[in-house]
Amino acid sequence: MLLVVLEHDRGAMDEAAREALTFGRGLAAQMGLPLHAALIGANDAELVAEAGAFGAETVYTAVHEVLSDFGPEAWGEAAAEMIRQLNPRAVLAGGSERGNEIMAQVAARLDLPMVANCLEIDPNGGAGEWTITRQQWGGSLLEDASLVSERPLLTSGLHTLAAEQTDAPAVPVAQAVEVDLDPSLARTVVKDRVVLEAGVTLSTAPVVIGGGRGVGSPEAFAPLEELAAMLGGRVGCSRAVTNNGWRPHSDQVGQTGTRITPEIYIASGISGAIQHWVGAKASKHILAINIDPEANMVVKADWAVIADLHEVIPAITQEIKRRRA
Amino acid sequence: MAEVPEKAKCVVIGAGIVGNCLVGHLTKLGWTDLVLLDKGPLPNPGGSTGHASNFIFPVDHNKEMCLLGEQSANQYRDLGLSVDSGGIEVARTQERVDELKRRMTSATAWGIEAHLLTPEEVKELVPFVNTDIVLEGFYCPTVSVVDSLETGTQMRNVAVNGGCHVAANTEVLDIITTDGPNPGDRTVKAVVTDKGTIETEYVVIACGVWSNRVANMADAYIPLVPAVHQMADVGPLDILAETNNEIGYPIVRDMDTFCYERQSAGSMEVGSYAHRPIFHHPDDIPSNEEAALSPTEMPFTPDDFDLQMEQAIDLMDMLGDAEIKYAINGLLSLTPDAMPCLGELPEVRNLWSAAAIWVKEGPGMAQVVAEWMTFGYPRVIDVHGADVSRFYPEERGDEHIWARSAEHFNKTYGIVHPQEQWESRRNLRVSPYFSRQQELRAEFFQARTWERPQWFESNADLVDRYEVEDREVEWDARWWSPITVAEHLNLRENCGMVDLSAFQVFELTGPGAVAYADYLAVNKVDVPVGRSIYTPWLTPDGGFHSDLTMMRMGDERVRIVTGVFDGGRDEFWARRHLPTDGSVSFANITDQITTLGVWGPNAPHVIGALTSQDLSQAGSPYGSLVDVELNCGGRTIAATLFRISYVGDTGWEIYAAWDDGPVLWDALMAVGADYGLRPTGGGVYGTSGRLEKGYRLMGAELESEYNPLEAGLARPKVKAAPFIGKEPYLAAREMGDPEVSMCVLTVEDLTDSQGRKRYMQGGNEPILTQDGQRITDSHGRVSRVTTAGPGPSVDKHLLMAYLPAELAQPGTDLQVMYMNELFPVKVASTGAVFDPEDTRLRG
Amino acid sequence: MRILCCVKRVPAPGAKINVTDDGLAVDASHLGFATSPHEECGVEEAVQITERHGGEVTVLTLGPPEAADQLRYAASVGAHHGVLVATDGSAWDPQRTAVALTDAIRGLEAADGPFDLLVFGNESADSGGFQVGVRVAYALGRPIVNGIKGIEVDADAGDGVVRARREIDGGFEVYELPMPAAVGVKEGINLPRYPTMRGRLASKKLEIAEQASDAEPGGQSLVRLHRPRETVTETVILGNSPEAASAVVDVLEELGVV
Repeated sequence: MLLVVLEHDRGAMDEAAREALTFGRGLAAQMGLPLHAALIGANDAELVAEAGAFGAETVYTAVHEVLSDFGPEAWGEAAAEMIRQLNPRAVLAGGSERGNEIMAQVAARLDLPMVANCLEIDPNGGAGEWTITRQQWGGSLLEDASLVSERPLLTSGLHTLAAEQTDAPAVPVAQAVEVDLDPSLARTVVKDRVVLEAGVTLSTAPVVIGGGRGVGSPEAFAPLEELAAMLGGRVGCSRAVTNNGWRPHSDQVGQTGTRITPEIYIASGISGAIQHWVGAKASKHILAINIDPEANMVVKADWAVIADLHEVIPAITQEIKRRRA
Repeated sequence: MAEVPEKAKCVVIGAGIVGNCLVGHLTKLGWTDLVLLDKGPLPNPGGSTGHASNFIFPVDHNKEMCLLGEQSANQYRDLGLSVDSGGIEVARTQERVDELKRRMTSATAWGIEAHLLTPEEVKELVPFVNTDIVLEGFYCPTVSVVDSLETGTQMRNVAVNGGCHVAANTEVLDIITTDGPNPGDRTVKAVVTDKGTIETEYVVIACGVWSNRVANMADAYIPLVPAVHQMADVGPLDILAETNNEIGYPIVRDMDTFCYERQSAGSMEVGSYAHRPIFHHPDDIPSNEEAALSPTEMPFTPDDFDLQMEQAIDLMDMLGDAEIKYAINGLLSLTPDAMPCLGELPEVRNLWSAAAIWVKEGPGMAQVVAEWMTFGYPRVIDVHGADVSRFYPEERGDEHIWARSAEHFNKTYGIVHPQEQWESRRNLRVSPYFSRQQELRAEFFQARTWERPQWFESNADLVDRYEVEDREVEWDARWWSPITVAEHLNLRENCGMVDLSAFQVFELTGPGAVAYADYLAVNKVDVPVGRSIYTPWLTPDGGFHSDLTMMRMGDERVRIVTGVFDGGRDEFWARRHLPTDGSVSFANITDQITTLGVWGPNAPHVIGALTSQDLSQAGSPYGSLVDVELNCGGRTIAATLFRISYVGDTGWEIYAAWDDGPVLWDALMAVGADYGLRPTGGGVYGTSGRLEKGYRLMGAELESEYNPLEAGLARPKVKAAPFIGKEPYLAAREMGDPEVSMCVLTVEDLTDSQGRKRYMQGGNEPILTQDGQRITDSHGRVSRVTTAGPGPSVDKHLLMAYLPAELAQPGTDLQVMYMNELFPVKVASTGAVFDPEDTRLRG
Repeated sequence: MRILCCVKRVPAPGAKINVTDDGLAVDASHLGFATSPHEECGVEEAVQITERHGGEVTVLTLGPPEAADQLRYAASVGAHHGVLVATDGSAWDPQRTAVALTDAIRGLEAADGPFDLLVFGNESADSGGFQVGVRVAYALGRPIVNGIKGIEVDADAGDGVVRARREIDGGFEVYELPMPAAVGVKEGINLPRYPTMRGRLASKKLEIAEQASDAEPGGQSLVRLHRPRETVTETVILGNSPEAASAVVDVLEELGVV
């Protein structure tokens, strides 16, 4: 079997898990293996059904008191235990922060190789020598790797493919797996959560208004905030902006910041350095506002306005107000 | 995305400080249909302008660099994009204290306010300086900090308002040339970019560190190398932040560590010219996209900077605890001789260079090039030292560029003697006598690529014979020997033989040769075959371009003989103005001809021993060419005897085939032994001999800012034939007596305040009135020493300088400043101080 | 507090990344080298913790001899000790790296006592394997959480507790790790200081302990690096002035986000 470890947050499936199921479905078909899923710390029917919609035939569930909330060690040990019992041919998870972390825990516990952020996997006939194309540098560079492993542990590159349900969904079988977990694993379980702001977040916002060095100052982000609020979106920024201390790092879009996936990313005054592009490229559409028609962001955008963002952004806000009125 | 026009009058490549100012100046001079390209974005396309420290120290010993720096500083001031921060050069060593005296002298020459400061006075201006290690400061209140990016933008906008098309993010891929108009010539035709091809009449390369690569696209050369200048920005520092401006304290140049400290708002920029030379090939400079900061802000290599950090902390302790916020290996352009590359490239017509220019000279140099393109020669100042055609082929390759740039990089803040010789890349061109001269322990000075003996250690015995004194101060004695004085006196008493093989020899042939030669020259070249003329070549504005000898070798053949320093420029000038009807051919025959000069009272005896030719004034008149056969120890060689003298004693320049040189040398040495003939160096030929006769030298006395009347080289009549610069020359003659005249002055007392005899070097020392005032004329030209040297036969140290008419009278008492001290001088003559009647030339 | 930071020498990020002709490495000639950004923040965090609580920071790296530069850089911003596990410069796979680092840490702890906190970067900027810290912490029996953007050390709680914050959408999760512990930190946890000139000069004197490793290669090996195919986008220019706002809003309406 090919086993996909599903990432969820207290019962809500993560997009990365859907991507992993989609990715795994193709790989399983290629290898002639059944696609199964592992659900840790939950056995909700809805989650099981959703896994089925993405092609999982069997959903193995592990429930335990130390799995009541996320904890990398407990989840890692639970997944490792399921793998020990189920003997999958390969294991896959989403390339999210948690997905990679769980798989690393599994890899440590089983002393197996792990390859993160894969784009293509070729089993080469299944003799245990795999050829893999994976992301380096957040995706600005690709690595062809050779992997020798009886049981590869893989994650799929985040947002490198669109999650798609299967054409022929089956009603999956849910099957509980008994896992015996040391209570001390609770030492890394989430103790508390602090919500700083309700509503949309940078990674889930349908609209992101990005500002770069060209914005010029912390105060000059106000018109961007106004437009973002009007569209139910969020303000993001480039690394130059956080390095200047104009915005908190949590607003940074990029390789070392947030990977955004909005319906439209309006990048204003952002030249589009490679590290920023890595975080922005999963946007469904991009509109660039820049005085430089040759800026990387402009060249890569679907639409562009070649003018001063300090004039264009307020004009957009005014136009929306006018049409709404 | 942006398009480029299909046609243009002129395409300027590079939108840094130079390219921007150039299109601005061209527009002001009436040019239209201009295109300005850059492969990077605007306003900062990623070249050196974008990371420059942007300050201008106005004092430089070099006239071109100093006056164009001043010109540039004024252009920045006029745009309101300059702040006079002031600047202090601090000395940590006694040698530097002496150098600061020399700086004061140059400041006086160029009329720049400057003061020497005690360590305490330095601290008053810059309170965070450690006075324990500072011996003295040299303070210029007019040191300025400029905004080079905004200046570029404004000058570009001047051009844009005049119709200039600006295309940023447009990369030049090729420069297309066509053959012609004369055989071997090429002319620029088009610029190929990634946005399309532009047909154009002119192209200017203003690409900074990329200039040679772009020139190479047209199979041409701009000899420069991208070199690292390390800079670290450290801060924040409260004392700086409190000034609340970009710069509130004078810039400090820590001269002995080759570093500077320049306030930039709340932090300090520490820049260094002290690290090992770090060069990059232009192809190895990253693109804008590949560069983390910009292409010319390369990754900092901290190991190279550690010593400078320690020294900076020694000078300003507060720097030690400030954070290094930004540090780069910034790129700038270095050339083999540390001068810019300006003017039309000799390889391709209408392809121009405006390169190897730093921010401090940018606007002025751009004006120079714009004027050059417009008027045929620059007007603001003579720039022969920056003329890109000065380079010989050996100077255009990477090996030479890298070696020489490596040698002078650490001299950026160094103490460089006016006669200082290069250590690297010697013996590139040597005469046929080189091995013989080595055996005679010649001290060679290199003139561009050519090795020439300056004196011969084998003549040391003459020092005792003539009781020549040595110089007591090391600086004055550096690159000098009393032997040169002894060789001079021997020549006057007996005979000297000077190797002149470095002469650059060209020939014009064809039915139009004589007429064309006359078009180049002020004086009449259409003289009988076998006669020669000594003549200026003028710029279109009537100033000196060249000063050389032209020989009527045949009905349709004219030979041009010029000095090695100007050979490249003169060859280019002669080729560039050649008629396009095929009536004249040009050839450089330097490699075929060797020349020996033999002068002195015994010269007729020496040469007479080798030939039966009548060597009297009847048989070999002054200025004539006589073909002879010389019997050289049993071998007979053909030679041409040219009776001429640049040293004031009778004699000949002997022109022979290169390969016959050694035989000729040996024969002259053999027969000369009985006549006191000694091999004699350039110290006599180029300095003492000519100085006593008041003979002018191109590049020293003769520059494009001066005309033949002022130089005292005007003939009574002007020939009928047309020539370049004739109209302004005639107009100058109409004006009557010139405003200034070239004079020889004698130093009346060489003793300084410490009782030591000092010897001016001819490094632009100012001539002052008796009450210490600078002497300038209505054009702002300053009276300064153009050549200095001994006059052994008149027992005076001699100076040459232009003086206003009222002072250019023999007997006028003036002063010269040297090492910040004043010495009395007296005007001796507007001609020769030795044998003014030229009796000795007749032999 | 005894804190150990693991850092990696990587080509300095921030520009287009080219690959060497043989495809086996990044061409760093235009880039220079730096400490991987997450780990640079890790060093800063460790230094700040010792500034608050006392103690010393040891920085450990595995890489070519030139990786000593990164140890010196760490020393120039306040780290106290540097240890280099030297490689021949080839890329070591994550398993092999983890074994080598584990061995090195065991050796350091055997000599001078246990570290209270191991600080790793969340993932390296270049190869981005997302696992070395976890493998090392597991091998040493230390609790580890990745993605950390805030650390408070409570030395008074029991044997000491590390309160670590992990950023999530709209807020953060809090973990409490009993010491000795390990964390994988991310850029943003702090703004790392720059070295001072004195710091830089002092770092030249850092004595770097060198170790060799006999760790065996793991299952993954590099075949070649290459740049992803670039998709060419036809950019539609909506205008060159603020008047383009109308066209922009048309687009927004079309996408249904207004």
